[in-house]
Amino acid sequence: MSTLPTNSSGSADAVSASAGAATSETVANGTTPRKKRGIPEGLWLRCPSCRNAIFRKDADKRSKICPECGYHFYVSAPERLEQILDSGTFEEWDANLLPTDPLSFADKKAYADRLKAEQKRTKMTDACVTGGGMIRARRVAIGITDSAFIMGSMGSVVGERLARMIERAGEQNLPLIIVSGSGGGARMHEGILSLMQMAKVSAALARYHSKGGLFISVLTNPTMGGVAASFASLGDVIFAEPEALIGFAGPRTVKATIRLELPEGFQTSEFLLEHGFIDRIVPREGLKSEIARVIDYCGK
Amino acid sequence: MDALPPGLAFEEPIIELEEQIRQLESADDAQSGKNVTKIRKLRKELADKTKEVYDNLSPWEMVQVARHKNRPHTPDYLSLCFEEFMELHGDRRFGDDRAILTGFAKIGAHKVMAIGHDKGKTYQERTACSFGCAHPEGYRKALLKMKMAEKYQIPIICFIDTPGAYPGIGAEERGISQAIAENLFEMSQVKTPIICVVIGEGGSGGAIGIGVGDRVAMLQNSYYSVISPEGCAGILWKSHKYAEQAAGALKFTADELLKFGVIDHIIEEPLGGAHRDPHLAANRLRNFFLEELKALGQVPLEQLLEERYEKFRKIGVFLEQAGESQNG
Ligand SMILES: [Zn+2]
Repeated sequence: MSTLPTNSSGSADAVSASAGAATSETVANGTTPRKKRGIPEGLWLRCPSCRNAIFRKDADKRSKICPECGYHFYVSAPERLEQILDSGTFEEWDANLLPTDPLSFADKKAYADRLKAEQKRTKMTDACVTGGGMIRARRVAIGITDSAFIMGSMGSVVGERLARMIERAGEQNLPLIIVSGSGGGARMHEGILSLMQMAKVSAALARYHSKGGLFISVLTNPTMGGVAASFASLGDVIFAEPEALIGFAGPRTVKATIRLELPEGFQTSEFLLEHGFIDRIVPREGLKSEIARVIDYCGK
Repeated sequence: MDALPPGLAFEEPIIELEEQIRQLESADDAQSGKNVTKIRKLRKELADKTKEVYDNLSPWEMVQVARHKNRPHTPDYLSLCFEEFMELHGDRRFGDDRAILTGFAKIGAHKVMAIGHDKGKTYQERTACSFGCAHPEGYRKALLKMKMAEKYQIPIICFIDTPGAYPGIGAEERGISQAIAENLFEMSQVKTPIICVVIGEGGSGGAIGIGVGDRVAMLQNSYYSVISPEGCAGILWKSHKYAEQAAGALKFTADELLKFGVIDHIIEEPLGGAHRDPHLAANRLRNFFLEELKALGQVPLEQLLEERYEKFRKIGVFLEQAGESQNG
């Protein structure tokens, strides 16, 4: 039996990213109450990066960025769509696909119950939303994975919605945008079916690519495991928000394996840029216009 | 007898019987009628016991078999299934990852490109190949050789046996996510038949990184999972001690995967696991390869790629509510 990664750390496609670099708001896998998820209710909030108390409305005005230090707070999928798309242009696709519990999976909590609780709490049916919309009057296909729903992890519904969106984008010659926020990678609760979604979505992207489709992948905090190791890394152009946690193995897993302190800034957007794996770091306020510029450059 | 690793306690009665038989056989009077009868009786008992134990392995016990130190690894099958193997090294970018071996091989009338994880046997080997946990350069080497095979219409055979891709600083610096993603993307369209077999551990992204094919099979006592049982237990149960429960919950045995349509075929192992008779295990693998190579060789390329796409495209379980027909 191997003594190295098997026992203590294991494989990295489903990871808990709670020990991330600039991610004190990230919580593990939905079993604990989410006190710090996103911007809390109330007039004031504390920035986890600069520790300043900031006026909530000031952050809201800047697409949920800390006015003091530029820290990017969590944004939900609906908020993200509002920020990127022309107002009122979004039409959702495949909302009628719903998750089930194919493994009859239960840890401390039954997956079926977890799904219900997450659906109630987030008002989403699963961790991703897909659809069509306009960016500066150009029609696009857009998918968002939302880290609030079971860590934004990919199970059958996320895989199926993304695959259908990619196929539709191919049929209609639409530019494709996927904004990833998935600390959970491939969803453990659906077992091997989740792992296979990586191959399914990547194969759909390969077909879309051979038809000449443009895919812009936007990585946000956090993008890990099986999501990072599939569609999120396959963009023709890859953007990342500043200081997002992006990687394959969770930082705690890496630390447990190598038994050394991790270097400063390990697995951040800046780390990925330095090592050549993303095209640009794009602060949220400039995201829509940078996406529009790329579409403009690549448009036919 | 050496103390068995904790998870392998179920093998104890089998090993005891094997030991008894060995002692009788090596005794001076092995030829005497008395011992022959005794040995025959013990052999029968051993076969029954082994069948009883192995027919009732729990998922956690199966993981222990899949990780058994004597279980045949890729290099064993390379020499036992093929007439010849000619190793090709290196990813032409960074290095030569010993956790994934690649090269030309001959099997019957077929030339193939063989690709497989190696976990090593000796301590030195195991360290050299990071216990079968590949770095980005391993996946890039595999892809480079697959492209080579595509160019010359040589079918590809992948042996999957890894606890997972390597979780380390260098792996992240050199883009392990991107390397695996690219393999998934490219393998879905490689224009030559691909056969994949999980021979031991199918550890998540590290496994599927060479696991997209026209046929995907598993040896009977291997497992193929989104995460290791220890990793899953650590995250969802908050302690690795619950690995056995996680192993049950993850439904990662060959029988389960066949039901989910994730694999096409289960290759039966010799009685008591592949480690009890590597030659027989290899022979069954070889027959499987020969059969599938023949079958896939008759499928026109366009159809092959269409069926490969559909094979993965249809995997997933979800509800589709009626009444809301949508088209974008
Ligand atoms: Zn701040």
